[in-house]
Order: sequence, then C-alpha cells, then structure tokens
Amino acid sequence: MPRIWTLAALLVASPAAAQTVTIEAGPEAQERLQAALIEAKPGSVIRIGTGRFELTDGLSLDIDRVTVRGAGPDKTVLSFKGQLGAGEGLLVTSDHVVLRDFAVEDSKGDGIKSKGADNIVYKNLRVEWTGGPKETNGAYGVYPVSSTTILIDGVTVKGASDAGIYVGQSEQIVVRDSTVSGNVAGIEIENSRHADVFGNVATGNTGGILVFDLPNLPKMGGGDIRVFRNRVVDNDQPNFAPKGNIVASVRKGTGVLIMANDNVHVFDNDLSGNATSNVMIIAYPQKYEDAKYDPLPRRIMVSGNRHGRAGFAPQLPGADQLVAAFGGSIPPVLWSGAGDPASLRVTDPVPVLSMGLAPGAAPETAKPAPAKLAGAAVAQPPAIVLPAAMEAAAK
Amino acid sequence: MKALAAAVLLFCAALAGRPGDVNDAAITGEALPPKLSDYRFFADLAAETPAARVMPYDLETPLFSDYATKHRFLYVPAGQKAGYQPVAALDLPVGSAIIKTFGYPQAGRFKPLETRLLLRRASGWVALPYVWNAEGSDALLKRAGTRIPVTFTDPSGAARSISYAVPNQNQCKDCHALAGAIAPIGVKARYLNHGGQLEKLRAGEMLDRLPADAPRVARWDDVRAPIDARARAYLEINCAHCHNPAGAASNSGLFLELGRRDPVAFGIGKRPVAAGRGSGGRDFAIAPGDPDASILVYRMESTDPGVAMPELGRATVHKEGVALMRQWIDSMPKSAPAR
Repeated sequence: MPRIWTLAALLVASPAAAQTVTIEAGPEAQERLQAALIEAKPGSVIRIGTGRFELTDGLSLDIDRVTVRGAGPDKTVLSFKGQLGAGEGLLVTSDHVVLRDFAVEDSKGDGIKSKGADNIVYKNLRVEWTGGPKETNGAYGVYPVSSTTILIDGVTVKGASDAGIYVGQSEQIVVRDSTVSGNVAGIEIENSRHADVFGNVATGNTGGILVFDLPNLPKMGGGDIRVFRNRVVDNDQPNFAPKGNIVASVRKGTGVLIMANDNVHVFDNDLSGNATSNVMIIAYPQKYEDAKYDPLPRRIMVSGNRHGRAGFAPQLPGADQLVAAFGGSIPPVLWSGAGDPASLRVTDPVPVLSMGLAPGAAPETAKPAPAKLAGAAVAQPPAIVLPAAMEAAAK
Repeated sequence: MKALAAAVLLFCAALAGRPGDVNDAAITGEALPPKLSDYRFFADLAAETPAARVMPYDLETPLFSDYATKHRFLYVPAGQKAGYQPVAALDLPVGSAIIKTFGYPQAGRFKPLETRLLLRRASGWVALPYVWNAEGSDALLKRAGTRIPVTFTDPSGAARSISYAVPNQNQCKDCHALAGAIAPIGVKARYLNHGGQLEKLRAGEMLDRLPADAPRVARWDDVRAPIDARARAYLEINCAHCHNPAGAASNSGLFLELGRRDPVAFGIGKRPVAAGRGSGGRDFAIAPGDPDASILVYRMESTDPGVAMPELGRATVHKEGVALMRQWIDSMPKSAPAR
C-alpha cells in the first residue's frame, strides 16, 4: 500500500517551478553547465560559481525566463580557449533571459550571441580576447540579433575583430554605461530601429560608435536612434578586421560614424583624440543590388557635442595636403557628400568638411571642401522605455 | 488492494503496448526515456532489426557529418499515415518518430556511436540524443551531448582521428528549428524519391498518397547529373536548414534552399554581414568563376570553430563536397560585379 501511494504521489507531483541551480568550477564543467542550461525551467536561476570554467564547446540556452548569474565579471570566467565546436561561446535563443556578472574569454567565434531572443538583459558582463587585438579573434563580443527589446548595461568588451557590442536587425534597444576598447568597432547598431546608446566609453578602438544599415538583409531601414552622453575618445587602434567585412573599411581614428540611416541624433557626447574624424556622416560606399535599400544618410542631427582634438591624422586620400590646407587638422565633422544636405544638420560649433563623393564613388575621386549642414531640425525620437522587469533585473 | 495493484499493472501494460511492437507511449508521453531500448524501435537493437512499421531509408543527397555512416529509420504508428508534401517535409502524425544512428565501420563492422531521435508529440517535435555504450548493446540519453574520440578511414583511404561531437539537445534545435519550432529536415519527397522508397512507404500504409510526378533531387556525386543541380542539392541539404528566412541563419540574408532563384540571396556577389574572420579576407560568398575568392569555399575548407561551416558536426573537411563546390563556382561565367 505505501508503495502505491508513493507511486501516486510521484505521478501527481508537479514539476518544480522556479529553482536555483549552482554550478561550480571543476572537472566536466562543459557537461554540467550545459545540462543545467538544458534542464532549466522557466523562472530558474543558474548560478555559476567563482573560478575558471574551461569549456570545449559552445554553450546554449533555449528556455524562456532563465537568469544566468556569475559571481562577477572578474570572478566567474568561462574560458573558450580550448573550444572545438560551435560559432560562439554562449548562444541564447529564448525570451526574457538575464545574463549577468560573468566573463566570456577567448571564444573562437562570437562571444555571446542571442538570436530571436526578446527582452534580453546583458548586465555587468565582460567579453574579452585576452591576447589583445588580433585578426584571429572572434567577430562580436555581445551579439543580440533579430530580437525586440534589448538591454546592454555595464558590459565590457575588448579585442573583437568586428564590433565589441553589436546589435543587428533588432528593435527597442538600450546600450548604456558600457566600456569598449581594443575592438575594430566599439559599439555598432546595424539594420536596427529605435535605439538609445548613452553613457558609454568607447576608447582605443578603430571606430568608437557606428550606426550602419546594409543591403540584402531581411531587416533594413535602420533609424530612430539617439547617441548621447558617451565618451568617444582616442580611438586609435589600427583596423584589424578581416577583409570583406564592412568594418574593415572603417578608418583608424573614427569617433561616431553614421551610415545609410534615418533620423539619428548625436548629442551631448565628449569627442576627442579621434585622428580621422569625431563624427562622420556617410552613404553606403559599396556596389550592391537591392531595390529596397536606401544607401543615403537622412535626417541626421548633430548637436551639443564637445569636440577635442580631431582630424589630425586622417586616413583619407590626400591626407597630407588636406591637413596642411586646414592648418594641422581637418574639421572634426566629416560628410561623404552624399544625401540631401537639407536633411542633415550639424549645430556643433565646429566646421564640417565634405568629401564631395557620390554614393559608391571611389574615395580617390573626392573633392574635399568645407560645407555647411543646416538642414531642417527634426524632433528627437522618444526615449526607449524598457519593461520594468528588465530594469529590475539590471539593478 | 489486490484489485488496485492489478489495475496499476494493467494500466502500465496498456502504456507499454504489446511486446514486439514499438512503445508508442514512450514516443508520445511527456517523459524523456533514459534508454534507446525503451522505445522498442528494433526487435533486435544491436542488430538494428526494425520492428513493424519502422522503415529504413536513405537520402539521395545527405548531410555530410564527418564521414559518419548513418542508418535512418522512419516510424509511423499503426492506423496513421504521413501526409505527402511536394516541397515541405512529409506531414508526420503524432506518434511518429525519426531514428538516425551515426557510427563508423571499425574492424569491418559498423560501430554505432550515437542515435538521434525526433519524436512527434502532441506538443510538437522533440529532439533527443542517445549515446551508445561500449558494448554496443544500448544507448543512453545524453541531453548535454558529449565528445567521443574516433579514428576512421575516409573514402580516399586516409586515416583520420577526430573528436566526434554528439550534439546537445539545444544543438539539435539549432539545425532543426524552423520559425522557432523543431522540424524534420531530410524526410522530404525529393530526398526520399529513389530506390522505390516512397512506393514502399505507400505500400506499407505509411504514406497517404504518392503522385506520379513526385520530385527528386540530384545525387550530389552523380557525375551524369548537371553540375548546377548537384551543387544546389548539396547546398540545400547541408546548409539550408539554417540558411533560410525562418532558420538559425536568417539574419545572414544568405538563403540556400533549392528553390531560391535570386542570385545575391544564394551567394553570388553577396558580401558578408556577420562573418567576422569567417570571411577569410574574401569579398563575396560566391565569386563567379573564382572559387578561391569565394567565402563559401573558404568556410567549407576550414575546421576552425570560428570559421567552419556548417558550425556543428564538422571536424573534418568534406574533400569531395568542396571539390563539387569548386567545380560549380568555376563553371560560372566571371561576370561584372553588381551595379
């Protein structure tokens, strides 16, 4: 009789709801950690202990409403130095996930990728390639893509051979209070709409903050983006991106670069020490076939930024003559010359240089000349307001 | 009391089905059976003797998986039939299962390493990996996957030693996800339509209909078939499960389904998006007439995890597959680049 009751109790016992599982460093970390990620229930917290976790394969999470939490970005280290498979260190494909307080080091491909993962929080993380900037480093540090509602807060990325923080083909994005250095691009918002990028420090990258739109992709038409209160300084890293990628064309010493986007507001930033330019506004420079794609910058508003030294060693054709002509440094705001000047507006108290380039024209055909961008003012898009649960998770 | 015990036993017996038949309850239940033998797909598991309505099959052009030998079986429960589909995968009823055992010939005998199951439950497809024990008598559920060192001889006669990766349950979904839900890949009419396989399914009352004009893909290694058809079949079965607008690589904009006609979408003159060092310093996925300038070839020729495509299940280069891609790209006229 008791046995039967036990059986009955087992049959009716409901699966445990919210639970916390702790995984400590040690042997078979790969299997224990991956098993915890697979067996998690919605609401679960997976705590990763202090120490180094030597991993041989990419990890992945596909359960909604799971929190993965370490003991701190310098205490809990997921090392992928010995990685044998998978395109990234950690892959998230579920919604309402919180990643916080750990580090990912030396992944063979991207650091942390989340795809189709809505309402994701990246908080207090470090992603780093520990050998410094190298072409053989992975492309992206944190890489949310094809998602809606993304928070990246207090994240540090070093050494990405493409972008440290990359948000692609997404909507409703906040990237704040993060630090990116030694990457090709510090922060890149690509083919995305509705983003606030603020309070970040981008230094020692090839380019600091990039806002791009590219052709031939499922989601195009990037815009409604605010870039403000960032420190974008001394981005002096020689470009180490593998050729073929769009960021391989970013010139050393680029501060903020806006390409082929609509309604982008760059304001209240500290910009200095960027040898090519503090702010660049350009058209997509390559040949393409895509009738739905708009390669031009539209409604770009630059205002209230503080400009330090810039344009003193521009990576541009005829740089020496240009620098001499302008008395030691070219103007800190650069426009490629493509797009309707009536939709571009720069009210920073600094001069603007136009390169006089038609879209897709070779840089060698540039006809540089001072320009005034005094297009019609456009109201800023409203601030991105994230769900309260995401803000609470990032406390 | 005795009556209650008997009722419980009866209930259990009903769940388990008759001996000799597939354990339908294991397929449709909510549990994750710990052993492959729990399903009774095989009258003799070690000998792979299939039970009733468990049909062996193969694909005209298969996915390359480190030269592993694959034994595939399809189970459709009694009284049910798969729904024929001209393009999509067969519409398999609840209770169906796809069984795929991976292994290598060792000392002249097939040695199984792992068996992957796709189970059609009421809630959708479930993908589970089972790893064989050393004796080859049964396989155990390994949701987190594992790695197994393997040495084998490839078709050119070269010995290869690799760390064979059994995918974890999430990685199953990486390839089998279509718009977020797990879906079968290979059980499509065009991949099954050879050697009388579809006719056998029909005759076995496992398929609802079979039109005379059922499509058929080219065999990737059939030198008599047009190079374009062979290459596109190879790309579809090896790449299109991720590289389609509802797949894991949707954000790449590179779409490799057989029916894709826009040249940029299937790679011709298409620049990389998020390839990083996967670009290998090359500008286009496919540079017509120039395999050495094509990213697709670069990534197929690499085994580096940050570069290699497909991302999962490939620790060796498929030399013969690469040769096909090279021949195909070589055959394309070098055209003026886009615009």
